[in-house]
Amino acid sequence: MVGGTGGGETITMSTHESAVQAHAHAAPQGFIRKWVFSLDHKVIGLQYYFLALAAVFVGMFLSLLMRIHLIWPTAALPFFGEIKPETYLSLLTMHGTIMVFFVLTTAPQGGFGNYFLPIQIGAPDMAFPVLNMLSFWTTFLGFLVLLAAFVVTGGPPLHGWTGYAPLSALQSAGPGEGLGADLWITSIAIFCIGALMGALNFITTTLDMRAKGMTMMRMPLTVWAWFITAILGLLAFGVLLSAGILLLMDRNLGTSFFVPLVTVNGQLTGHKGGSPLLWQHLFWFFGHPEVYIAILPAMGLCSQLLSVFSRKPIFGYKAMVYAMLSIGFLGFMVWGHHMFMSGMSPYTAFAFSIMTMGIGVPSAIKTFNWLGTLWGGRIRFHSPMLFAIGFVSLFVTGGISGPFLAQPVLDIYLHETYFVIAHFHLIMGVASIFGIFAATYYWFPKMFGKMMNETLAKLHFWFTFIGAYAIFMPMHYYGMSAGLRRYSQSTEVAYILKLLPLQRFITAAAFVTIAGQFIFLFNLFWSMAKGKKATDNPWEATTLEWITATPPPHDNFGGQTPVVHNGPYEYSVPGAPKDFVMQSDPEIEPAH
Amino acid sequence: MATFSTTATVDEPRISLGNDGGLPPVLTAYGDDGSGAGKPDYATRLRRARLGLLVALTPIFMLFVSFTSAYIVRQGLPTLDPQTNLLVKDWIPVKLPTLLLVNTFVLLLSSLGMELARRQFRGAAVLVSAEAHPRVSSGDQIKMPWLAMTLVLGLLFLFGQWTAWRQLAASGFYVSSTPSSSFVYLLTGTHAVHLMGGILALFVASLAVLFRKALAARSIVIDVTAWYWHFMAALWVYILCLLEFAR
Repeated sequence: MVGGTGGGETITMSTHESAVQAHAHAAPQGFIRKWVFSLDHKVIGLQYYFLALAAVFVGMFLSLLMRIHLIWPTAALPFFGEIKPETYLSLLTMHGTIMVFFVLTTAPQGGFGNYFLPIQIGAPDMAFPVLNMLSFWTTFLGFLVLLAAFVVTGGPPLHGWTGYAPLSALQSAGPGEGLGADLWITSIAIFCIGALMGALNFITTTLDMRAKGMTMMRMPLTVWAWFITAILGLLAFGVLLSAGILLLMDRNLGTSFFVPLVTVNGQLTGHKGGSPLLWQHLFWFFGHPEVYIAILPAMGLCSQLLSVFSRKPIFGYKAMVYAMLSIGFLGFMVWGHHMFMSGMSPYTAFAFSIMTMGIGVPSAIKTFNWLGTLWGGRIRFHSPMLFAIGFVSLFVTGGISGPFLAQPVLDIYLHETYFVIAHFHLIMGVASIFGIFAATYYWFPKMFGKMMNETLAKLHFWFTFIGAYAIFMPMHYYGMSAGLRRYSQSTEVAYILKLLPLQRFITAAAFVTIAGQFIFLFNLFWSMAKGKKATDNPWEATTLEWITATPPPHDNFGGQTPVVHNGPYEYSVPGAPKDFVMQSDPEIEPAH
Repeated sequence: MATFSTTATVDEPRISLGNDGGLPPVLTAYGDDGSGAGKPDYATRLRRARLGLLVALTPIFMLFVSFTSAYIVRQGLPTLDPQTNLLVKDWIPVKLPTLLLVNTFVLLLSSLGMELARRQFRGAAVLVSAEAHPRVSSGDQIKMPWLAMTLVLGLLFLFGQWTAWRQLAASGFYVSSTPSSSFVYLLTGTHAVHLMGGILALFVASLAVLFRKALAARSIVIDVTAWYWHFMAALWVYILCLLEFAR
C-alpha cells in the first residue's frame, strides 16, 4: 500500500475499483468497440501506428522498384511490368505521397502523439474522443482512396507529391492524370480533414487537460513538440485543402485558377489566364511547414531520450522549447526557397534565403543542447538511445546541406538534381524515421507490456544507420555531377553514364537496408508474443507514462489523476535517493 | 518539501513508484479540479468545447485567407490572347444579384435568433446546475422557439444563395465563364458548405430537445454552434464585401 497524508481524509480503494467508479465510460468489451471503432486514444494511436507501418512498406516497395529500374531500365518488374517513363513518374508520385502523408505525418504525431500525449500530461483521454476516432478513420479512408489510384484506368498520377500545375490540373496531360489524379487530390483533401481534426484534439487537450501541477514549462519536450506540430498542422493543412479544392475545380469544372493558355498535343485546352505559380505558393505555404510537422515530434523525442539515457537533465530546457517555437514560426516564412527557379524577383529570393538560413540558428541551438546533454553523461546505449543519437547525426548531415540549397545562386545549379533528393531524404525522411524507430523501441514496453529483443534492435540500428548513409551520401555527389531527379533512364544520358556504378551502389545499399527492416518487423511482432515481460518503468524515466500500469488501463491512471511536482528531466539530482525523480514525486529541494 | 493535495491509496503492483523506497507518486481522485476528470463539470465541458471551437475556426479562417490571396493574385494577372498574342486583362467584374443583400439580412437575423437561443439554454442550464435538481425538465422552461427560427432562417439563407446562383447563371456567369465568376461560386459555395455544418449541428441539438437529452449537453452543443454561427455570419459579410468592393 502506498499513501500520503493531507487533505484531512484518506481514500482507500484499489485502482481497479476506482477506475470503474470514477471514469465516465467504462472500458468497452466488444471487439468492434475496443479495437475497431475505439474511442480510447491509446488504441487510436496504435491504429495510426499500424496504418503507417503498412504504408511505409508500400512506399519502400515502390522505392525499391525505382531503384531497380534506374540501374536496369529494361527489366520487367512485379505488378508494373516494363517501366515506361510515365510509370516511373507514377511510382515516385505515389512513393512521395505515401511516405510524406501516411508515414511521416501519421506515425510520429497520429501514432505516438495520440498514445502518449494524454498520458504524459496526466489526462484520461483526448479532449474529444469521438473526433479522435473520426480523425483516424478519415485518414484511413484517405489512404484507401490513394491506393485506389493504382487500380483505376491510367494508373496513378505523374505529377509528383508536389502536384505542380498545369500537369496536375489537366485531365488530358498524360496517363494517370485522369481519374488517378482526381483520386490523388481527393485523398490529400481527406487526409487534410483528418489531420485538422487530430490537430484540434492535440491543442485542446494540451491546453485544457493537463494534470494539476503540470505547468506548460513542466511538460516533457515530446508534448511540446506534438503541441507545436499540431499548431503547424492547423495553420498549414487548411491552405493545402484550399489549393486542392481549386485544383479539383480546374480539373473538373473548367475553371482556370492554375492553368494558363496551354495546349496539349497541339490542342488548346480551353483554359487561360491561370497561374501555375499560384499553386506553387499555396502548396509550399503548406509544404514547408510539413517538413517540420514530420520532424518536430522526432526532435522532441530525441531530446527526451538523450536525457533519459544520459541520466542528465536536458541541457537548456527553455532554449529547446523556444527553439522549437521559432522553428515552427520561421517555417511559415520560407516557402519561397522551393521556388527560386520560378523566376521570382532576386530581392524576394534574397528575403526567403535570409529567412531560411535563419532557421539554422534554432536548429544549431538544438544540436548544441543535444550534444551538451550527452556531454559528461553516464550514457546507456540501449536501442532507443542509439536511434536518438543516430537522429542527431542524420539531422546534422541532412541539415548542413540546407544552407547550400537556401542560397539561390547554388540552388539554381542544384535544383532538380539528386542533391535535393539526398538533402530532404536525410533530414525529413530518414531522421524522422529514426524518431519513429526510437519511439517504438522506447515505448514498446509501455504499449505492449513486453520488452523488444535488444540484440535484434541493435542489429537493426546498424543496418539502418550505415545503410541510410550508404544510400544518401552518394546521392549528393551524383547531384553535384548534375544527375537529374525524375529521369527514369539515366543510362540514356551520356554525361552521367560514367556514374552508373554509383547508382548501382545506391541500389545495392537500398536492398540491404530494406532487408534490415525485416529484422525490425520480426522483432516487433515476435516481441509482442514472446518478449520478456516489461516492468512499469524499465528505462527508469521520470515522465508520467512510467508511473502507471503496463500497458496503461483504459483511463490511463486507474480512475485517478496524477499531481505533478517536478520537471520532466530530474536525473542525477544531488541528494535524491535514486538517480531520477518522477514528475509525480514530492517536490525536490532546489540544488544548493 | 513534499506537498500533497489529496490522498489516494492504490494497489502497489499497479502503480510503479519509480523511486523504490522513496515517497510515492501523489495521485488525486478524478473530478477535484476539473482537469482530466472522468466526467468533468458543466463549466469545464463548456470551456473545453469553446476552446475546441476556437481551434477549429483557425483552419476555416486559413482556408478563406488562402482563397482571398488567390483572389487578389488572380485579379492582377493578365492573360495571353491567342488571337493577338498580346497580354490582356481578362478579369470581368461580376454584378452580384441584389438578392444577396436580402440573404445577408436573413443570415444576420438568424444569428440574432441563434444568440437568443444560446442565452436561453445557457440560462436554463446554469439554473439547473445551480439548483442541482436532476428532475428539472428544461424542455418545459424553454418556450420561445429561437432554435427553430434560426434553423428556418439558415435554410432560407441557403435557398436564397441557391436562387442567387441561378440568377447569376441566367445572366451568363457560370462557374467557368470568367475568373471572377469562378471566385464568386467558390467563395459563396464554400461558405454554404460550412453553414450546412452549422445547420447539421442545430438539427442534432433539436433532436436532443425532442429526445430530452441532458440539458447541459444540449446547452453546450447550442453554445458552440452559436459561436460557429456568428463566425459564419461575419465570414459572409466579409465575403460579400470582398466580392462587392474588390471587384
